[in-house]
Amino acid sequence: MSVHVEPVRVYVAVFLGLMVLTGTTVAVAFVDLQAFNTLVALTIAVVKMLLVVTFFMHVRHSSALTKVFIAAGFLWLLLLMAFTLTDVGTRNIPQQPEGWGESTTTVPPPK
Amino acid sequence: MTDAASAHSSQHPPYLAHHFTDIEQQNESGTLGMWLFLLTEIMFFGGLFASYAIYRLRYFEAFREGSHLLNVKFGAINTAVLIGSSLTMALAVRAAQLSRRKAIIAFIILTMVLGIAFIGIKLNYEWSADYHEGLIPWMGFHVESPNAAGVRLFFCFYFFMTGLHALHMVVGLGIMCVLLHMAAKGRFDGGYFAPVEITGLYWHFVDIVWIFLFPLLYLIGGRY
Repeated sequence: MSVHVEPVRVYVAVFLGLMVLTGTTVAVAFVDLQAFNTLVALTIAVVKMLLVVTFFMHVRHSSALTKVFIAAGFLWLLLLMAFTLTDVGTRNIPQQPEGWGESTTTVPPPK
Repeated sequence: MTDAASAHSSQHPPYLAHHFTDIEQQNESGTLGMWLFLLTEIMFFGGLFASYAIYRLRYFEAFREGSHLLNVKFGAINTAVLIGSSLTMALAVRAAQLSRRKAIIAFIILTMVLGIAFIGIKLNYEWSADYHEGLIPWMGFHVESPNAAGVRLFFCFYFFMTGLHALHMVVGLGIMCVLLHMAAKGRFDGGYFAPVEITGLYWHFVDIVWIFLFPLLYLIGGRY
């Protein structure tokens, strides 16, 4: 595997793409999309991460072994997040202690 | 140098460690090793992001309230500054691939200037303002709100995560000082550039952490 020298315009294009996405994510935050605000913000962040990983970090020219390592790492991160959130999201939290705001998992307190 | 040593070094360039077949294999091993380190970093920050997610789900209102006390303008400016430093770092690596000594030094200095600008903005416009507004836990924290306890927890996360991120940047700046020294001595003139490439990977990783911290801390929950 020889060294791949990327043309400067590729890096500049990626940079401009990242700046546009940053502007977009800020703009979207000021619009009320209910629960979709979080989804949009995280989707944009993931796209930005993929741009950085693919181009700035040269993963598109990396060996298959390096790619497998990276994919495995992200899979483990996904497991961490997925199992944590399924656990937390399915628990009953009847009442918040004082000073901590209303409970978001809406289970009415027993009468 | 003994005869044996000089005979040995004539067989391969000085930067090629003799347990590697060729420079490609050495580069490949270095890149893989660096990624392995970065994966441990991903799990390290991942644990923080997971605990942030747990408490944000539980105390959503309080976290939204805390998020609204942050300054989006400086957060966004810093995001742009850090992405800019990633561009100059990528160009420094490219210059190293092409053995362009002056360009390597210029782009590393630019990257360092942008990195220092990021930390400067954070300290000068954000953390100091947070201190005066009483938003730092254990340092005169005071927020008038029925959700004050939850807001305080949000700020614990905010300072720990941004502080840890800033610490990674300071480490990166230190490594770049070493790179500058190596570049000035002409270590990267003969087609050897692994240290620059690996520092680049580290710096881009730090950028990626911020790419997630910025929306999670400043934007999530909406600013409307």
